Amino acid sequence: MALHDAPKTNGAAAAALLAAGIGSFIFGLLTVLKENIKAVGNALNFYNPVGSLSGATTVAVVLWICIWIILHLLLRGKEFKFGGVTLIALILIGLSLVATFPPFFDMFH
Amino acid sequence: MWITYKNLWTIIHGMSLGGLLLMAIAAILIGLLYQRPGWLTETGIQKNARILNAGMWLIFILTWLTVIIGTYIIYPWYRATPPPGADLVDFPRSYLLAHPKLSGLHNFGMEWKEHVAWLSPILVTAVAYIIIRYRESLAGRPLMIRAVIIVIAVALFSVLSAVVLGALINKAAPTS
Repeated sequence: MALHDAPKTNGAAAAALLAAGIGSFIFGLLTVLKENIKAVGNALNFYNPVGSLSGATTVAVVLWICIWIILHLLLRGKEFKFGGVTLIALILIGLSLVATFPPFFDMFH
Repeated sequence: MWITYKNLWTIIHGMSLGGLLLMAIAAILIGLLYQRPGWLTETGIQKNARILNAGMWLIFILTWLTVIIGTYIIYPWYRATPPPGADLVDFPRSYLLAHPKLSGLHNFGMEWKEHVAWLSPILVTAVAYIIIRYRESLAGRPLMIRAVIIVIAVALFSVLSAVVLGALINKAAPTS
């Protein structure tokens, strides 16, 4: 089977999954904060027609990309137990799903 | 039937990009489920990897386009504040909130849609990177392929939620 230039280790994939989990979690956290703390909502109002969603998405995406680059540089070329990496990423993604669910973030009003 | 400028963008965002995205993610899921040595020949795995590769590029572009158009073109029309005395029909959020039976579509529907939709580009980008980077070698990594399937399924859930809620909201209070 021709493998082209596919990596021999799973480190790059682990970095991508973990970064996605962390990035999603950051967005979920920012959602809860901006919906419940007026100062955070105002600070994240980068573009008035969109409101605080503009800042939450921008900050989360920028942090996610930075974290991905750092994790990629640290983990590439290494081999991990992928089940553990997946579990951590999925827990973070699950938390982000909960955090972006209105009945959850409205509980703190 | 007359289609306004705002209608056109809503159709591009929801029915075109959103609908295509749903179908493409579902197709990728099926392709990933079959990408294993016992199920396909070597040639089959290589051809499937090429299809997955092209499909992930498509999904990557569609997801980002859909959320950016939704957030920066359509959402400002939705949440615009009406001037005093204005007809609320032209201001979907205010229209929904002014009708107690419809307010849930904003308080729950739009509030969920605008947030959950933004998880999909992050998840899709990570999966696209893994599929494009690992190509057919992914077939020999069952744990990695399982992880990718779960993450893309979550992305499908977030897109599906956003598309369904968007359709319901637009039915009750069209952006036009």
